[in-house]
Amino acid sequence: MSNTVLKIENLGITFGGLKAVQHLNLEIKEKQLYGLVGPNGAGKTTVFNMLTGVYKPTEGEFFLNGENLTGKSQELINHKGIARTFQNIRLFNNMTVIRNVLVGLHYQPEFKCGFFTSVFRLPRHFKIEKAMRERAKEILRIVGLEEERNNLSCNLPYGKQRKLEIARALATNPKLLLLDEPAAGMNPQETAELMDIVRHIRDKYNITILLIEHDMKFVSGLCDEVTVLNFGTVLAQGNTKEALNDPEVIKAYIGG
Amino acid sequence: MKKNIKWNHYLNYIIIGALTVVFSAMSLTGTLSRLSYVLLQNISIAIILSVSLSVVVGFLGELSLGHAGFMCIGAYLGGKVSSLLLPAFGESLINVIISMAVGGILAAICGVIIGLPALRLRGDYLAIVTLAFGEIVRSIFMNSSPESFGGSFGLQTPRYDRTYLFIVGFVVVLICLAVIQNMMRSKHGRAITAIRDSEIAARATGINVTKYKLIVFTVSSFFAGVAGVLYSFTQSNVQSVNFSYNYSIEILVMVVLGGMGSINGAIISATLITFLDVQLQTILTGDLAVLQDFFYAIILIVIVIYNNAPGLKNFRDKYNFKNFTEKLFKKKNNPAHMTDDEAKWNRVPSKILVDEVLSTKIQRDPTASVKPDKEGK
Amino acid sequence: MKILELLINGLSIGGTYAMIALGYTMVYGIAKMLNFAHGDVIMVGGYTMFVMMSLMGNPILALLCATVLCVVLGVTIEKLAYKPLRGASPLAVLITAIGVSYLLQSTAQMIFGSSPKMVNLISMKPINIGALRIEGYVVVTLVASVIIMTILTLFIKYTRIGRAMVAVSEDKGAAQLMGINANAIITLTFAIGSALAAFAGFFMLVKSPSLSNTMGAMPGIKAFTAAVIGGIGSIPGAMLGGILIGVVEAFSLSVESIAPYTDAIEFLILIIILLVRPSGILGKKRREKV
Repeated sequence: MSNTVLKIENLGITFGGLKAVQHLNLEIKEKQLYGLVGPNGAGKTTVFNMLTGVYKPTEGEFFLNGENLTGKSQELINHKGIARTFQNIRLFNNMTVIRNVLVGLHYQPEFKCGFFTSVFRLPRHFKIEKAMRERAKEILRIVGLEEERNNLSCNLPYGKQRKLEIARALATNPKLLLLDEPAAGMNPQETAELMDIVRHIRDKYNITILLIEHDMKFVSGLCDEVTVLNFGTVLAQGNTKEALNDPEVIKAYIGG
Repeated sequence: MKKNIKWNHYLNYIIIGALTVVFSAMSLTGTLSRLSYVLLQNISIAIILSVSLSVVVGFLGELSLGHAGFMCIGAYLGGKVSSLLLPAFGESLINVIISMAVGGILAAICGVIIGLPALRLRGDYLAIVTLAFGEIVRSIFMNSSPESFGGSFGLQTPRYDRTYLFIVGFVVVLICLAVIQNMMRSKHGRAITAIRDSEIAARATGINVTKYKLIVFTVSSFFAGVAGVLYSFTQSNVQSVNFSYNYSIEILVMVVLGGMGSINGAIISATLITFLDVQLQTILTGDLAVLQDFFYAIILIVIVIYNNAPGLKNFRDKYNFKNFTEKLFKKKNNPAHMTDDEAKWNRVPSKILVDEVLSTKIQRDPTASVKPDKEGK
Repeated sequence: MKILELLINGLSIGGTYAMIALGYTMVYGIAKMLNFAHGDVIMVGGYTMFVMMSLMGNPILALLCATVLCVVLGVTIEKLAYKPLRGASPLAVLITAIGVSYLLQSTAQMIFGSSPKMVNLISMKPINIGALRIEGYVVVTLVASVIIMTILTLFIKYTRIGRAMVAVSEDKGAAQLMGINANAIITLTFAIGSALAAFAGFFMLVKSPSLSNTMGAMPGIKAFTAAVIGGIGSIPGAMLGGILIGVVEAFSLSVESIAPYTDAIEFLILIIILLVRPSGILGKKRREKV
């Protein structure tokens, strides 16, 4: 049984005449690891930005579990179950690692705690804070950052910052996780670790993952299906091995 | 789990509470001079103003130059309510409480009205809109009819007995501290600091940015309004000229001097500046009074450049207040091993770090796997 | 006839505002900061003219000296206060600019005292054209501001340096890669802005000869308002915004019942325009890269 989690229909966006992405059709099944690849400037991050509500698509629609989320606000899309990481890391730098994750837990229904409950320090506030901390530690354990939880996030080495971004996104309890170049700047060992983490996340939390990555070993090791973008249009789509060996794709990359 | 009370969280309440009790006792026995009363009143008002502005500037990371405008609303409307209530309640505590509540709530409502649309703007735009708002408020009160708010003559307000007014002031300070510190030390405070650190990431993490900005703005303007009402009680005549944007800037100076993002810093600098203000008023008269402004301006510039200049980063890491206190108390306080809460309360926020991370090109490990697009070029 | 008179008055006030607004908008466009102290540069120019007038009595020479001093001052402020903060948070830069504004005001008060000074630069007879009666200074201001703005537009459009300024305001990093010395361009922008401020100060003093240490504060804020209304960073926008604010001011001041609210009305226009069109009338919308 495999339901479609994300369905993209004819999605496109124009920036004042420039067609950054057009005619994108995509379907991702539950628990799938799906890759989005393509040369720089192909419009991959733009797709992420549309899926998370940063940009409003100028054409087409996308559906999460059948619900149309096109053009909704960023926070609403996140609450509905799409979380992301950023290509150029955007952590809350002046906060500790655990706080970054706690912010991610903010809107979880089980941690609901009104403004006045906190201000008047009602018992619920303390209960919730403790529960949130426990959950945050659990999430940090998954990405292997539990020991670092009291460090400031800006003091973490680069690879760990990427992991923290994943942890923060994970904290929002997403159905679909968008990873924007998660392995960029990592050494081979860290990359291998990351692959395990991504698989583990998928299996443990039933999360579907769509990722952008330039590291082809990473993509072919993880994803069973990919979409190759070039100049905003789909170049190839389908089985990872076949798509990446498509002559058109090789031409686009090598520049032939 | 063992429940350990974090004493440093309550230290500022304890100190302020204790001092209030001491001064109240002195007031009852009649040992306080007239100047001391003025000083205590002004300090309580200044603390409320600077702490409430520090939430906006230090924790949310937005600049409001309309704080004096909200104070103005509180002073006029609260003062008016108080004088209307005078026949019914006299100069009683009930009158004080009702008029402070009314002044604060009306200022908060104005905060929502201006905040709702203005918070879509960022940075300099928000600063200039809040400044414009403050000037509009002032202009409305200045040109009001003499029967309503006194117009250019100023509003006559009841002047309360100063032997107990300062106690009311410090009780409000404690309430203000409780509300703001509890807010900041909760999940809501985390959301607010998250917005300051990266608004884009906060949105992507599901934080309702508009809602939190509005909450901060409302809380801040509420307390500015209450401070305004208190101010009106210390004066027999409230003049709108006193609430020009220059006053907003004076409050901003207090916040910046205290260290942005530090509530205790805001309290200390508000106390210090007010103390100097009152003391120097008798010494520096006439054109000499401007010396004070001159030094405030220099201190402001030096502190901001010292704290924020990217070129001074190494210097800053070497010589800073925290290293100094560490040496003083021989206490190992390595920021890398601080507990969660300590780290947050000790750090001066700066967006530079964010910008630095964003602008620095990531050093890719050459041994890492091959990047196809790099070959393509 | 009354309306035409008001319109011409408004255009002349607007010309002064536009000159100040240009300083704001150019600095904002190139250094991406709100130079809060810009209004106070006008005041320094005013005091310079006051001193020069009492020493030599020649208004043209006074204007020249004021221009030179303002340029030096503007560049010094940039080098000492703003340059160290390049790359720091906009909030820090803005607070520093506010500090500089305070510093200039208090320094002027220390030197010249708080009581206003009178400075009579030039006096002219009103000009009558039929039933139309226009004050002499209005004509001078109007003509001068048209000339200055034309020169500035031509300078930016057709000279190498002007084009370099546009390039830096579009993308500082890319401009530097093309061999443009961005720091020199920023300094030049401050210099031009400060010179314009000195001119604006001249026309403000011709209109009302009273001089105090806060003379630049309110006009400065209003001119910034004008720059924002026109679209900050846009040079035609600053001119348009300045003229709009000037005309509104002239008309508003002529109606007795709303005259006291003139400032409030101008600020209200700012708030409304920013809400309807946050980037101003001629401003470009910038998209934040994610």
